[in-house]
Formats: sequence, structure tokens, C-alpha cells
Amino acid sequence: MAAERGAAAEALVGQVVLPGDLLLLPAHYDEDAEGERLRLSAGTAPQGQLLCGPGLRRSGAGLLVTKCGLLRHRPAGGGAYWVDSQQKRYVPVKGDHVIGIVTAKAGDVFRLDVGGSEPASLSYLAFEGATKRNRPNVQVGDLIYGQFVVANKDMEPEMVCIDSSGKSSGMGIIGQDGFLFKVSLGLIRKLLAPKCEIIQELSQLYPFELVLGMNGRIWVKAKTVQQTLIIVNILEACEYMTAQQRKQALAKLSGN
Amino acid sequence: MAGEVKTKLSKNLLRMKFMQRGLDLQTKKQLEEEEKKIISEEHWYLDVPDLKEKESCIIEERSFLQCEDLVYGRMSFKGFNPEIEKLMIKMNSKCKEEEIEEDDKMEADVSDEEMARRYETLVGTIGKKFLRKRDQRVLKDDDEDDEVEEGKSNTRPNKRAKKMFLKPQD
Repeated sequence: MAAERGAAAEALVGQVVLPGDLLLLPAHYDEDAEGERLRLSAGTAPQGQLLCGPGLRRSGAGLLVTKCGLLRHRPAGGGAYWVDSQQKRYVPVKGDHVIGIVTAKAGDVFRLDVGGSEPASLSYLAFEGATKRNRPNVQVGDLIYGQFVVANKDMEPEMVCIDSSGKSSGMGIIGQDGFLFKVSLGLIRKLLAPKCEIIQELSQLYPFELVLGMNGRIWVKAKTVQQTLIIVNILEACEYMTAQQRKQALAKLSGN
Repeated sequence: MAGEVKTKLSKNLLRMKFMQRGLDLQTKKQLEEEEKKIISEEHWYLDVPDLKEKESCIIEERSFLQCEDLVYGRMSFKGFNPEIEKLMIKMNSKCKEEEIEEDDKMEADVSDEEMARRYETLVGTIGKKFLRKRDQRVLKDDDEDDEVEEGKSNTRPNKRAKKMFLKPQD
């Protein structure tokens, strides 16, 4: 089969791309044309390096698409391209904040289930203010909010509950009560977008607390069980509701 | 006879530090090069041309965090958990700090001209405070000169009178 000639990356931003599509980049990113790289291009050439995000791979002439979804672009800071795809199965990535469930205690290390192919390990010293004498009070079945420090396909993922300066900054054991449920990864990213309408509308309803893990898990806690379940149902359903349907549902609830 | 025969010193002895203090730079360099040659001949190396790594401008990244601007995952609303609400403000303002730096400078309350005028007088008044006594006197005289130019002050003629020798009257 003859190789398809790729299309320019800039032309496909915001459109559906399929695995196997080749995206051509402007000449100043081309590795092969080293002599041409110094040529000043007419348009503004972004300084710095191009970020090739999830769903894309670097191949000789440009970027190769590996997942189907919408192509997104961010022009700031050297530029970034990535594919906005939908999936339910989480693959551990370094730096992601996730909710894990403690499944076992093995000596100095806790085993957490994060929804990936392997259980992650969390050392008991990776909590704020933990020393050998002062161990954190973690039991099997507890929920933990932490971030990955090692996450690649060759090794078992490792998590910690402190950041680089040694502070917990919100990570650690998630408190008592509340409700944990699973949604797709795309919804999580939508909810974590800077000005998410869903979150803003929900925050007008009742006082509640919310923890979003990048592995698709959400933990909700409100004052009564009924309120908690209402919020859970809305979050699960809002993935497939249009904005208007959502507003109607919320109006009904706040009327009640 | 003793002067003719020079005892031959071994190479190791010559390599010692106290023997090298008297040497010239050139001889030192020569010795160093010889040593390097000995070492490099012993080392094994691959007789293969160097692979030039192409400088790539593209970084591969598997995390969405670097691509999109995502908010912190823990949230609390309507005062359910005050600590988390404080944390939310802190974490989200960290991201916004970068935006604020780019903002243009704010409008000044005081215009530049007024600033310059005030500053002129300010420097003078505060500067006087730190003058030494002699300088203060000079300043005072200068001020008096400026103010009273027509009628000379009384002190001056009196001083002159004092300086001159008064002849005693017979």
C-alpha cells in the first residue's frame, strides 16, 4: 500500500484524526532539512520545542497519529499538539494525581489499586511528616489521593503523597464517608478544565466536597446521603447531556 | 669526576611533585602528554565513525497535564471543607501568577511630573538633616544672602571692625 501523503497539522486542528494519519509540521521542525532550518520563515516561528502529546508519535517527516479523536493545538510556549480521545481504561502517567484504594500492606510499602494493569506501590515515608517512628495511619480499604513519581511500561508504578518540596498540598488519605465512583477519562478532563460550567452550576446547589482523580475516579461527599447521591447521578449523566438538559435537571433539583 | 657522572633518576621519581617544581612549563607539558599517550594506548575503543545525534525539536509527552491547563483535583464548595478551599485558592493562583506577570503596569496614582517636583524638594529637605555643622552654617549664610541682599546684616561690619587693629587714641 502506498504511503499516504500527510496533511499539514495546522489544517486538521479541531477535526477528527484516525490512527495512521501523518501530520506534517512546518519546515522549521523538520529534522531532515537541517540546512533549511536556519531559513527565516515568513510567519512567526515559535521558539522552543514542540510538544507532542498523548495520541501522537514522532516519525521522520512529522507526527503520526496513534489514537482516534480530535486534534488539539496550543500555540503558547513552543506549541503543543495532542489528540483528545475518549477511553475508560487508565494508563499510569508520571505526574498525574489519582485516587487509589489500599489493597494490601506489605512491610514498608502499601499496594494501591489505581485502575491500571498493575497495583501501584506507596511507601509509608511518602507522607508529610512521616518518619520511621511516626507512621501514617493507613488501613486496607482507605482512599488515597497522590501523584505518580514513576510510571512507565517497564516498571511497577510508584506513588507519593508529597510534592517536590515535601509538603502534602492536599494529597494523602481522603477522609471518612463520601462516595467513590468511576467515569470515563474524557469527562475528568472536561471537569478539570479551568472554567467548567458543570462544576460551577453544581457548586450553586449544595455545599459539598469533590476529589477528581485522573484515573477516572471521583469521590464526593455532601452533608446528607441524598445530596451525595444527587451529585453523583448528575456527574455520571452529564457526560451525555447537552448544556440545556443539564440546566433543566438542575433547575428541577433546586426547585425541590 | 663527581661532576661528570650524573646518577640517572628513574621516571617515577621524576614524575613526583617535588621534582617537577623546578621544571619549565614546556617540559611539564611534554611529560603530561607522554603520560596521556601511555593511557590512551591501553584503552580499547571502537573503530566506528561517531553517530551524530540529530537535534530534534519535538518532545514526546504522555501526560495531559503538560498540554492542557488543568485545575487542581481537590475541590470544596460553599465552605464544606475550609482547608480545601484555602488550598484551592493557593493552587489555582499559582497558575495565574504567570498570567499576572504579563499584565501591563497599572495606572499610576501620581503623575510623573508631580513625582519629579516632589522629589526635588524632598531631597533638599532631607539632605539638610544630614549635613555637618560647618556645612549647615554655610547653608544658613547662603540663605540669608539670598533673602536679604540689600541691607547687609549687622554681623558682617562688626566682624570687619573686629579684625582691624584699632589704634589707640592719644
